[in-house]
Amino acid sequence: MAFTDTVRNGYQTEIEGIKAAGLFKGERYIHSPQGSEIEVEFPVGSEIKKCINMCANNYLGLSSHPDVIAAAHAGLDSRGYGMSSVRFICGTQDIHRELENRLTGFLGTEDTLLFPSCMDANGGFFEACLNEQDVMIADRLVHASIVDGMRLCKAMQDTFKHSDMGHLEEKLQEHQDKRYRMIITDGVFSMDGDTAKLDQIVSLAEKYKAMVFLDDSHATGFIGRTGRGTHEHCGVLGKIDVITTTLGKALGGASGGCVSGRRELVEMCRQRARPFLFSNSVAPVIVAGALKVMDLITISTDRRDKLEWNTKYWRGLLKEAGFDVKEGDSPIVPVMLYDAKLAQDFAHGLFDEGVYAVGFFFPVVPKGQARIRTQLSAAHEKHHLDTAIKAFKKVGEQHGILGLGKKELVAKYAS
Amino acid sequence: MDEIVKVVRDYVTREYLEEGDEREITETTPLISGGIVDSFSMVSLLRFLEKKYSIHIPDAAATPDAFDTVQSIAALVRRFQKAEV
Repeated sequence: MAFTDTVRNGYQTEIEGIKAAGLFKGERYIHSPQGSEIEVEFPVGSEIKKCINMCANNYLGLSSHPDVIAAAHAGLDSRGYGMSSVRFICGTQDIHRELENRLTGFLGTEDTLLFPSCMDANGGFFEACLNEQDVMIADRLVHASIVDGMRLCKAMQDTFKHSDMGHLEEKLQEHQDKRYRMIITDGVFSMDGDTAKLDQIVSLAEKYKAMVFLDDSHATGFIGRTGRGTHEHCGVLGKIDVITTTLGKALGGASGGCVSGRRELVEMCRQRARPFLFSNSVAPVIVAGALKVMDLITISTDRRDKLEWNTKYWRGLLKEAGFDVKEGDSPIVPVMLYDAKLAQDFAHGLFDEGVYAVGFFFPVVPKGQARIRTQLSAAHEKHHLDTAIKAFKKVGEQHGILGLGKKELVAKYAS
Repeated sequence: MDEIVKVVRDYVTREYLEEGDEREITETTPLISGGIVDSFSMVSLLRFLEKKYSIHIPDAAATPDAFDTVQSIAALVRRFQKAEV
């Protein structure tokens, strides 16, 4: 069928609808490598502006680390640019398997399989490992890729209220007639920055004979004493049946993800997970960079420790300035504003002051929960945070919101 | 109050409101458009209704509109109760 005017108009109307609903997402062009300071062109065509970046998933500051870049260069020279094949034909290099083994050791699991992304790992895992005899019970705030993966799977779907262990237990009792039960959670929740109660989840899993699935994308490399992730933080290393995680955040930030866990589950993914089977794996150059990342995070916890210090310092600065900050100890620090328009205006105000942070509002977060999500990095120096807080204070004063709690903020913008 | 409305309202309150959430669910409170229930968590409500009333609600009928209020959900249940008779 031709792309007729009627078809074009139909799509244009839909796009206008997205804009009218305030949900249109524009891109901002970055003219520099990723880092604590970036050069941003926004809006498109405007002069490039240098900003402090407070919204990257570059938790360990490794996205542009010279050793990682050098390793990637060397990998490019020794293993080439692309594989031009999926893994099971002629797309697996020795370094793919080497990286999988390194991840297995780091995460404390039995085996690992790389995927093109963690989105793909989550998209492919459930269909490969569960069927109509089984049930998936997910925390209601899990990442969208898990929701998509669950929808592709024939197993029964159920959900429990966010981090509500009583509700999870009710669901586990309800589904005792199923062949397999799988509890599904994120480790660190991306919008709130809070951490799953993984020790309690594991206890319930043992009591009700369920497997545990953990997406630790916002934790691998820096949560826990040696950065293994939420399972280390909660004292349940070795007790998680499946961990999915990403190379696209703390671990160099390029792309790629993995399924890591029980040997048989990983093998099922190797045999049946469609995003693994029908797509090229992570490019050699990224594998080479990621291997260097594994070296860096294994030999020292300095970067993870610095991130922890930055997180505490930044939380303290925000609270001292009078912002309403969501509690937690992860480097995701949401500044609660509750009102969608205020969140957008606040983000624009910050950008004018040279700080890049993004406002989130419904449907990305629940209605009435609008916020600025700030994210810390080991690449931030104290002076970056001292400068950023000045911008936050200035914009906060302009809006008259410093020192206001939830009730006052909601009341102020209610009309 | 209609028995079905009461059962649905109680289930929605128990299943979807977080602890400390003081919102009252009435017959006309917008559930989906109001952000209380989303398509991901709606599945448990659908299954509850099917089990409780021994009915089958086909996917085509389980639309966000049909699930948007306690009133519309109760109407949906009645419709499929009749269909099953």
